Amino acid sequence: MSKKLIDLQHITKSYDGHTILDDLNLYIRENEFLTLLGPSGCGKTTTLRLIGGFESPDNGKIIFDGKNITNLAPNERQLNTVFQRYALFPHMTIAENIAFGLKIKKKSKDYINDKIKYALKLVNLDGFEKRSIDSLSGGQQQRIAIARAIVNEPKVLLLDEPLGALDLKLRQDMQYELIRLKNELGITFIYVTHDQEEALTMSDTIVVMNQGYIQQIGTPEDIYNEPCNAFVADFIGESNIIDGIMLEDKLVKILNVTFPCVDEGFGTNTPVDVVIRPEDVELVAPEQGLLSGEVTSLIFKGVHWEIVVLAGGYEWLVHTTQMHPVGSKVGIRVDPFNIQIMNKPESSDEKAVELDA
Amino acid sequence: MRNLKRQLFAGPYMIWIVGFILLPVVMILYYAFTTSSGSFTVSNVLTITHPIFFRALLFSLKLALVCTLICLVLAYPLAMILNNMKNGSQGFIVFIFILPMWMNFMLRILAWKMLLSNNGIINTILGFFGLPDLHIINTPAAVVLCMVYDFLPFMVLPIYNALARINRDVIEAAKDLGAGNITIFFKIIVPLSMSGVISGIIMVFVPALTSFAVSDLLGGGKVLLIGNIIEQAFTQDYNWNLGAGLSFVLMIFVLVSMTLVNSRDTEGGANVW
Repeated sequence: MSKKLIDLQHITKSYDGHTILDDLNLYIRENEFLTLLGPSGCGKTTTLRLIGGFESPDNGKIIFDGKNITNLAPNERQLNTVFQRYALFPHMTIAENIAFGLKIKKKSKDYINDKIKYALKLVNLDGFEKRSIDSLSGGQQQRIAIARAIVNEPKVLLLDEPLGALDLKLRQDMQYELIRLKNELGITFIYVTHDQEEALTMSDTIVVMNQGYIQQIGTPEDIYNEPCNAFVADFIGESNIIDGIMLEDKLVKILNVTFPCVDEGFGTNTPVDVVIRPEDVELVAPEQGLLSGEVTSLIFKGVHWEIVVLAGGYEWLVHTTQMHPVGSKVGIRVDPFNIQIMNKPESSDEKAVELDA
Repeated sequence: MRNLKRQLFAGPYMIWIVGFILLPVVMILYYAFTTSSGSFTVSNVLTITHPIFFRALLFSLKLALVCTLICLVLAYPLAMILNNMKNGSQGFIVFIFILPMWMNFMLRILAWKMLLSNNGIINTILGFFGLPDLHIINTPAAVVLCMVYDFLPFMVLPIYNALARINRDVIEAAKDLGAGNITIFFKIIVPLSMSGVISGIIMVFVPALTSFAVSDLLGGGKVLLIGNIIEQAFTQDYNWNLGAGLSFVLMIFVLVSMTLVNSRDTEGGANVW
């Protein structure tokens, strides 16, 4: 693994007595694409602004490349930001926008011109030098904002919901482009978003945050398949989150039916949260299932059908490629491997972060 | 039918434009280019080349420029301070600034006359502290002082509005790209507030150039501006043709200076570097 580039230690931040971040600890490795993911107000943007230098923490330290940069101004940090609303300079041409940082560093004219050409090529906007900002679409403006940041060859690029204002198709294109840029440039990306799909698509590491606390840190696969609590499970994709009782190792009782699972070490007769992803629920003939019920809703979603089955007193959300008409009787089965067991939140702190996304 | 109704609504406004804007301009043009007996002449307009009139015009331009400059120097930092204040107190300070504008223009000038006169309040206070008297009444300094006082809000408000429109993101982006406060001020804040500065300059320079009431009351007849000469031509000499001729010249100067200032605006953005 590559070395730690940024290390946030015991960061606390509050506004007007309202705590945004409480004792946050997080490190970011070199060349990592790290995403801070969470609902609005979870502290993700504040974390980014602390790293960028636009806010200073009430407590704690920010270490960058071995040096304490907690009190450095933004213009003295070796990182650049791509802002949510682009923040291009409206009185300058595109070339002047991109050149801004380089001119401050007093680079030569030739160097700057080369860099502008290179950056525009990188974001697929060759020949746009003389255009004005208002002549660009949202997506193009965002690319210029990225170009303006990367010509400075920062060690870290901070991106604050940069795709938030774009439409779906453009957003998906830009996601691929960002991945390509990251691979070509070999710099560290710290990305803030509330869009779980964006996070899953692009990240090496996802940090799920809620109400100022880090809920889980892991690879996209970890976060999706092994959510550590109900909040993460609910926030990352859709899921069935059901109260259950862990009878013993590898046996869990849900809705008064005993399901085999693969989890161990929860003790005996422990109340737990059980997460089952909608695509992991198998619909079979009523007599073949562990539970049986009736289809109450059917929606065509393109790739799959979204079905709601009322079984055992719980409305199961099911994604399947097979159509089951409303009113039909079905059985429910779940592969033991696809049942995810989580401890119930213990403290009131954890309870507060439960399920309000 | 609907169109006709709409046009009907525009009626009062059209009457206003024709009756109170177009007609007077046409009349000024008519009087400016005719003699008292009604035959065509350019002599009214050319009177401006007469040394007394020409000097008055130059002096008016000079005072208007000085007044505009002082207003700009005072207003810009003030507008920046206002813009950096918390939202609640901002409104209050803007209100304080507009407050004098609710008083009659003439009253304000008369108040300055009282304040500045040789036995006036300012000198009484200065005398109380044993300080030397201030003798600026009946001098151009008094005229400029009063004009600055009167016109300052017209400079502050447009600049403040322009500054308030600058997105905080843009300033943060400049900081992020390595710009210090001085660079941010000259490369970002000044160019982006130029439109406000331009409107401010026009709103101060034009009334300052054409004013006559201030110089009348605070200049004591010693400060002769082009506005005073035009006023005298109309009200004392009853020479409408001369008055209109000089007004025409003044209008040309106003138009030319506005065009010059406005053309700076369109260039302003492109030549930042």
